[in-house]
Amino acid sequence: MLNLTWLIPVFPFLSFVLIVLFTNPNKKLSSGIAIGSVAVSWVLSWGVFFQSIAGHIGMGEEAFRLHVPWLPTGTEWFPMGVNVDPLSAIMLFMVPFVCLMIFIYSVGYMHGDPRYSRFFAYISLFACGMLGLVVADNLLMLFIFWEIMGLCSYLLIGFWFEKPSAMKAGLKAFLTTRVGDAFMLAGMLLLYSQTGELTFAHIFAPETLEKLAHTQVNLGFLGSLPWASLLAMLIFGGAVGKSAQFPLHVWLPDAMEGPTPVSALIHAATMVSAGVYLVARCFPLFTAVEAGPQLGLVAFIGAFTALFASTIAVAQDDIKRVLAYSTISQLGYMIAALGIGAYVAAVFHLITHAFFKALLFLGSGSVIHGSGTQDMMEMGGLRKHMPITFATFLVGTFALAGVPPFAGFWSKDEILADAFHQFTELGAASWPFFVWLFLTLAAFLTAFYMGRQIFLTFYGESRRPHAHAHESPKSMTYPLIVLAVFAALLGFAGVPEEFPVLGHLLGNPFHHFVGHGFPATPLNGLVMLISVAMALGGLFVAWLVYGRNPLKEGQPDPLIQALGPVYTVLRRKYYFDELYQATFIRLALWLSEVCFAFDNKWVVDPLVNLAGKAGVALSNLGGWFDRTFVDGAVNGVAAVVGWMGGALRQTQTGRVQNYLLAAALAVFVLLVISVVV
Amino acid sequence: MAQAIFIILSLFTLGCALVVVTNRNLFHSALYLAFVFIGVAGLYFMLQAEFFAGIQVLIYVGAILTLIIFAIMLSRDLMNPNVRGFNRQWWAAAIVAGLLFLALAVVLVRAPWPAAPTGEPSPAFIAELGQALVSPAYVLPFEVVSILLLAALVGSILIARER
Amino acid sequence: MVPLSWYLIVAAALFCIGLYGVLARRNAIGILMAVELMLNAVNINLLAFWRYLTPAHMTGQVFALVVLAVAAAEAAVGLALIVAIYRTRDTVNVEEVDLMKL
Repeated sequence: MLNLTWLIPVFPFLSFVLIVLFTNPNKKLSSGIAIGSVAVSWVLSWGVFFQSIAGHIGMGEEAFRLHVPWLPTGTEWFPMGVNVDPLSAIMLFMVPFVCLMIFIYSVGYMHGDPRYSRFFAYISLFACGMLGLVVADNLLMLFIFWEIMGLCSYLLIGFWFEKPSAMKAGLKAFLTTRVGDAFMLAGMLLLYSQTGELTFAHIFAPETLEKLAHTQVNLGFLGSLPWASLLAMLIFGGAVGKSAQFPLHVWLPDAMEGPTPVSALIHAATMVSAGVYLVARCFPLFTAVEAGPQLGLVAFIGAFTALFASTIAVAQDDIKRVLAYSTISQLGYMIAALGIGAYVAAVFHLITHAFFKALLFLGSGSVIHGSGTQDMMEMGGLRKHMPITFATFLVGTFALAGVPPFAGFWSKDEILADAFHQFTELGAASWPFFVWLFLTLAAFLTAFYMGRQIFLTFYGESRRPHAHAHESPKSMTYPLIVLAVFAALLGFAGVPEEFPVLGHLLGNPFHHFVGHGFPATPLNGLVMLISVAMALGGLFVAWLVYGRNPLKEGQPDPLIQALGPVYTVLRRKYYFDELYQATFIRLALWLSEVCFAFDNKWVVDPLVNLAGKAGVALSNLGGWFDRTFVDGAVNGVAAVVGWMGGALRQTQTGRVQNYLLAAALAVFVLLVISVVV
Repeated sequence: MAQAIFIILSLFTLGCALVVVTNRNLFHSALYLAFVFIGVAGLYFMLQAEFFAGIQVLIYVGAILTLIIFAIMLSRDLMNPNVRGFNRQWWAAAIVAGLLFLALAVVLVRAPWPAAPTGEPSPAFIAELGQALVSPAYVLPFEVVSILLLAALVGSILIARER
Repeated sequence: MVPLSWYLIVAAALFCIGLYGVLARRNAIGILMAVELMLNAVNINLLAFWRYLTPAHMTGQVFALVVLAVAAAEAAVGLALIVAIYRTRDTVNVEEVDLMKL
């Protein structure tokens, strides 16, 4: 099965091609092809996953590789191929399965949309991109699939392109991630120039990393850095863009303009986690230098984003926006974990988050489908009308909030435990402490805003009594149920071995598989208690504010009064969009005006017009010359001939006596000549 | 003595010839032409070609001139003063003729002719002429000339007869 | 003794006078008369040469005789033509007989 790994991205790509070229008019066939292709990829992926567990494949040199020479570069060939190691195997476990659930869900959600088939084509292409990214064995191939996903994100956010807000959101997403991609591309190019390689197995070989860690690059007034640090930070730029970390986080909330399955697939489970996957994949590069700025940067941005985004989530009313900011915050958790070296914890959280965030988004989609609105202030009491949605949504909420024994608790707790353990060793003035503190606070806020969401949406009386809410069809609820099962139970794959009873029973297979070679985090009861307290505490406060006296129709959010002006700042997302608009965007627009003026008004167009006019003038000159001299000469010759003819005609009088005179004259002349000569 | 006669005869002939070509009155021209012929006959006498002198007067004055006078009579338009006698190139013609005469004169004077006759014509001149005409040397031109005269005769009758 | 050149000069003069008449006269009969002058000049030339250079041979005489005969024939035909033209065109002015001119 491992030899067929390369087929995994091919099936969704074929589906895309088939739908676009042939089956677009037939809706049922299009969705059937899409779901079928992802199902095949899923079967293949789980086959690869189980085979790699059984075969004990490892990271780096021990990974499974299959490659072909592809691009001729000078004397050698640049290879393209697939690489299966524990990280990509675990991604292959998660990605196609979640994709399949969402594809099935989309049949119900997108029912009746005029561009139904096109939707399935786009998400098929997207699935191809994500799967290709996961199995890629070199940075170039990863980048290619990264960009494919970026394109699909743009297309899908702006799927309902009649709405101007959707078009703008698509463009915003594309351009913001482009900024990150520029850094990543710079990092890739510099890496290639330094090592001549982009294949993971080669760039993460110990000798290469040694060389990169010990050679310095001079950045002028910024000082000098080891190459490994610079490259790691540049590549991290791509992750910042794609995973919507501060300061490139602004596109993800607006990306909620797309259909909800898109939000679930791209902006929760897969594409945004590609940034985390990238950092995890390049982890050896990040840890090559012992005390460099790169890991600190990663940890800071991750932790800061986690807290920052969760504060904003507290003040949002749109059900999907809350989840968007929650995604940003949870990605911050993963990035921060990588920043402090907690590789296994980060990957574990990536996997569990994918399941329960996809579940939450699909649940919100069900809510929107059933109740007809996205504004939580207009919902309420949906628990009675949409029981399945409510139950699964509740499971997802508990998982996200970190309530044991759901999946989120185990993964989040592992990150916190790792951070705590490190800062007890390194002291309080260190990144791990900062990370632990921020993430713990963020956990409290996460539980609070999720509780708020539950109470506002499902409890109390409906604040729109005239709207009739109904449960969603089976094509939508079945995936919810399946994902809820995973959200509930997946955590048990990563229970630390020292945990009483369960630990020994289950044996932490996740760590053994993915974290082979990394030390296991010691169990810390204190941290566990603190994180449980945060989770339950947050939910309790939410109940206090929203659950005890559910809001009535027209009643404002109590938080507005409680927080005062702080609420406005939170609601307006710390005015970041306005800040960017006033600075970068205005600068970019001004530059484009300058370039336009240069091109059209002042330099390029006038030069071209001048050249044109010069050409015309030159041809006029040529024409004048031609008419005057050439024509003149020709006409002149004709005129001379005509004049001579007119003159000579006079001799042809027709009178014999004139001819005889001429003859007599000739005789005289000849006579003279013969006498004289 | 002979030179004086020659000069008088020449001047007479040439004078009459000039009148022939310059006189407006065609009839007068014709009569002066007769004098020219007679003058030329005189020159023939001086050349001891008596036979020819006779023939000249006989044929030219007797036949050709008569013919000319007949033709003049038959074309009445000879006294019309409105028609000019000479065309527009008469001065060019005069110049050319004069130049030609000058050139010829120069050539003729310079040429090494013998000044005196180199022999005498034979006394039985006419008999010899007659025999020469039918001798193999000249019988062909003689016969051709006869045919020519016949053709001229027939032709002129044919051309000039009344329709 | 009259030198040969005198005869020749007279003949040349007569010839040139005749030439002038041919070139300058309008009347067809006048032109014909001038032509007779030219032929007479030729005859004088021939006989002068005969007398001064080869008086014993008959060639000069015969030639002069032929010229005379031809002159007569030509005069006859020419005058017949002129009369014929006069009959149809009512003119003897050579400038008016120009049907062949374009």
